Amino acid sequence: MVDRIANIWGTRTPYSRDGLWPVRVDQVLDDGIAEGDVDRWVQSACVLCSNGCACDIAVKDGAMVGIRGRAQDLVNHGRLGPKGLFASRQGVSHKDRLRSPLVRENGQLVECDWDTAMRRIVDRSRDLLAERGPLSHGFYTSGQLFLEEYYALAVIGKAGIGTPHMDGNTRLCTATAAAAMKESFGADGQPGSYTDIDSCDALFLFGHNMAETQTVLWSRVLDRIAGPDRPRIVCVDPRNTEVARHADVHLAIRPGTNLALMHALVREVLAQGWEDAGYVRDHTVGLDGLRKAVEPWTAEAAAAVCGVPAADIRDAARIFGTSDRIVSTVLQGFYQSSQATAASCQVNNLHLLRGMLGAPGRGVLQMNGQPTAQNNRECGADGDLPGFRNWENPDHIQELAGLWNVDPMTIPHWAPPTHAMQIFRYAEQGSIDFLWISATNPAVSMPELPRIRDILAKPDLFLVVQDLYLTETAQYADVVLPAAGWGEKTGTFTNVNRIVHLSDKAVDPPGEARSDLDIFLDYARRMEFTTLNGGPLLDWTGPEDAFEAWKSCSRGRPCDYTGITYDRLRGGSGIPWPCNEDNPNGTDRLYGDGVFPTDPDYCESYGHDLLTGATVGAQAFRAQDAGGRALFKTAPFHPPHEEPDEDYPLRYTTGRTAYHFHTRTKTGRSRPLTDAAPRAWVEVAREDADRLGISEGDLVRVTSRRGRIEVPARVSGIAPGTVFAPFHYGYWDTGGRPGVHPTAANELTLTEWDPVSKQPLFKNAAVTVEKIGDATGPAPAPTTTASRPTAAPGTTPVPATAGGDGAQATETTDTEPAPRFPDASKNALDGGRP
Amino acid sequence: MNLNIYLGMLRQAENTLAESFRQVAEGHGAEPDVHFLCRTLAAQCDRHGELLHPVVQRYGDNSSDNEPERLHAQGLATTRNGPVGLLRDLQDLYLLASLVDVTWTMVKQAGSALRDKDLLAVVDQCDAETATQLRWLQTRMKQAAPQALVAAR
Ligand code: SF4
Repeated sequence: MVDRIANIWGTRTPYSRDGLWPVRVDQVLDDGIAEGDVDRWVQSACVLCSNGCACDIAVKDGAMVGIRGRAQDLVNHGRLGPKGLFASRQGVSHKDRLRSPLVRENGQLVECDWDTAMRRIVDRSRDLLAERGPLSHGFYTSGQLFLEEYYALAVIGKAGIGTPHMDGNTRLCTATAAAAMKESFGADGQPGSYTDIDSCDALFLFGHNMAETQTVLWSRVLDRIAGPDRPRIVCVDPRNTEVARHADVHLAIRPGTNLALMHALVREVLAQGWEDAGYVRDHTVGLDGLRKAVEPWTAEAAAAVCGVPAADIRDAARIFGTSDRIVSTVLQGFYQSSQATAASCQVNNLHLLRGMLGAPGRGVLQMNGQPTAQNNRECGADGDLPGFRNWENPDHIQELAGLWNVDPMTIPHWAPPTHAMQIFRYAEQGSIDFLWISATNPAVSMPELPRIRDILAKPDLFLVVQDLYLTETAQYADVVLPAAGWGEKTGTFTNVNRIVHLSDKAVDPPGEARSDLDIFLDYARRMEFTTLNGGPLLDWTGPEDAFEAWKSCSRGRPCDYTGITYDRLRGGSGIPWPCNEDNPNGTDRLYGDGVFPTDPDYCESYGHDLLTGATVGAQAFRAQDAGGRALFKTAPFHPPHEEPDEDYPLRYTTGRTAYHFHTRTKTGRSRPLTDAAPRAWVEVAREDADRLGISEGDLVRVTSRRGRIEVPARVSGIAPGTVFAPFHYGYWDTGGRPGVHPTAANELTLTEWDPVSKQPLFKNAAVTVEKIGDATGPAPAPTTTASRPTAAPGTTPVPATAGGDGAQATETTDTEPAPRFPDASKNALDGGRP
Repeated sequence: MNLNIYLGMLRQAENTLAESFRQVAEGHGAEPDVHFLCRTLAAQCDRHGELLHPVVQRYGDNSSDNEPERLHAQGLATTRNGPVGLLRDLQDLYLLASLVDVTWTMVKQAGSALRDKDLLAVVDQCDAETATQLRWLQTRMKQAAPQALVAAR
């Protein structure tokens, strides 16, 4: 047994370059349950981060009683991380679950039946459509539903109602990944594969604290590091993360300056002649523009802006310029910061310059945050069109109209789809009166919370909230719909690596809770949305119908699912798309042939100017004549719009801890995880703490121009001048509203977004920090992560984070050979186990 | 040679556009994208003025020619409110930027006739940025128009 709170990544199983990552099956069963007691194991995958680790759920007497990783799956080779082990079922099987719909009566939410709740929604919806038209409706969904549910919502919004106001909190986590790939390659679609970790010589993590955001993927890296020929590691992160501790080069950059650093790396690669001239000539356009844009950015110039030594920048560039196989991963440190798309495109540019794409160990992983974010992007319940279609291409609109048998005029395509921040702005101004929020919690997760709370509380906004629990957001709702959770419904989802998994229903949902798909289908039925020949727009009866409909929609597009069936997904490994006649076992990595989806008739986007977000347009895009070549795109560096000054002298950044997901609606209900990270904190560098008279655990007030939080201070190894707060800590477990000591990191963040991806900035604000109370103990921050304390000399060390009895898992190694692509999915095709 | 007249007009137009971008930035602080980008673009216009400086030194800058202005493009004195107000303010910026754009084009014609490589290099850089300013204004207006004209109260 291993304490998987104390040991987040579990026991090492080292392997060497080009080897297969050994299997290790992680398992937890409830107290008092032995393996022989389990009635059945139901196949699923974890929905607590974008890794999507395949698992089996243990069921006994109609309840979920345990979980184990699936050895034969390409993603995790049997492993699970702390969240998967301790929060997947514990996060849904909880007494606080909503069991019946609620409607607001005389200011109070009261229980009612489904018919009452749905009638209230439909009446309001119909009235508004008649009075003010489709632009009065907005839908804000999640990165945590299933593919089938997003697709249903997309069809409802785009073909039923016809509103462009649809987005998800995927906007907060993954919009830049999609945007950067559209700009560089012409369409969304992860170029690389997790198997590239197995073969690389160098691994660059750009703003990606993989050790905490995707713990199982980091286990894979740790096993390479423990092997005989470890890859060199370069980490760009202002915090002293676990990644930084293993790095050969750690660039502890000032928040908001990523693009300056990237310009210097690109410039250095070009200046040293490390680019692959043949690849650049055959597979790219736009090198001259890139060269010109980076010209002023010597390592010294970037060092001055970014606050890191020029020599370290050169070292990082040398590793990029001279390694034979390079993998880069990018996440929120880039996506949620200034000039997000431009900085992330520079990562693509580095790989294009060196031809580091589409071969083993050579790839880019533009990561996602949430487990099913990928599907929202594919299905178009966010600001995209289904199947990575291009809203500016009339033929693509015609295709969708044909698929759905509706008038193409219904499908909103006269302007870019409305992004989340703009949806909330329209709600603030009163032109959106009907807002349906599913499976997400903007009252904690959006920037500048005081403003978001005011919007949600607006009396003339009709707010529907569909969730597992009465979240901070649900407390503002006019109608609350109880949804079925993970393990209580069937559907598919796709991880960051394009691998599609099926999650089968294991148990019944509590009370009257229904699957999100059933709720959306019920709404569509009651609204009587029809096709051109008068039939129902959505005639699906269950998830498999929805999946089959989605397959037709994906046909011929980059995310082609036509070769996948529910049956194929049962028993073996998940399968990476595209999976079709040409690639019957799926596709491990994209662009091996150096042909990119930039054909103007095929591409998902004609692109944008990266400084302003101005659209390029069809004509100008055609004139570039990219025809299958990738595009070097960039923008001039611009300093962040809010920089430290006399009143707010410190830089503020936010993020995750390994033990929690999102706003803790699930992980906060797991005992081992809450014990590991029970309450909010803020991290301050030793130098800053000394100057401000702050010691470990002191209560401090952090103030920005928007608001304040009051939380204990952890004195940590963060870069001096920068403070960090985890974003998980809202108010559901402390009475629902910020009390005297607010804790939500987003009280402080500002309302601003990237001009291209429209992803809000969570990683850059100016704050001031002051002590307001003495410590009563150490800060409630884990010691096992980036928030590890730096003890002042002569003080008692902070006790190490451990899980004890409730956090034990078994780890079984060497049970079977490791799965390998394509055999793992081929066996699925033959109906056998690998 | 009358190029000095057009250089004067160009300086004036960039100046007016810069001031108007600033005006809109301040007037529409509740639209953060408009607010921040208009400030960035105002700085771009200022820079265009600086880049023009050596050209003006060579050819002169005659902003008081005898030909009186028939069309007055004096820039935005104040900004409007609400969704339609935002749309109209952006539209005014669009008109001002178009004036800048076409003036650059005429200066470029003269520069070509003069075979003045330095002048053409300045035109190249600035006019491309002005074109992007126009495209951004159009992108943002197209986004705002349906809501402002159809759904806003
Ligand atoms: S790494 Fe992510 S998907 Fe895997 S078990 Fe942990 S939270 Fe779940």
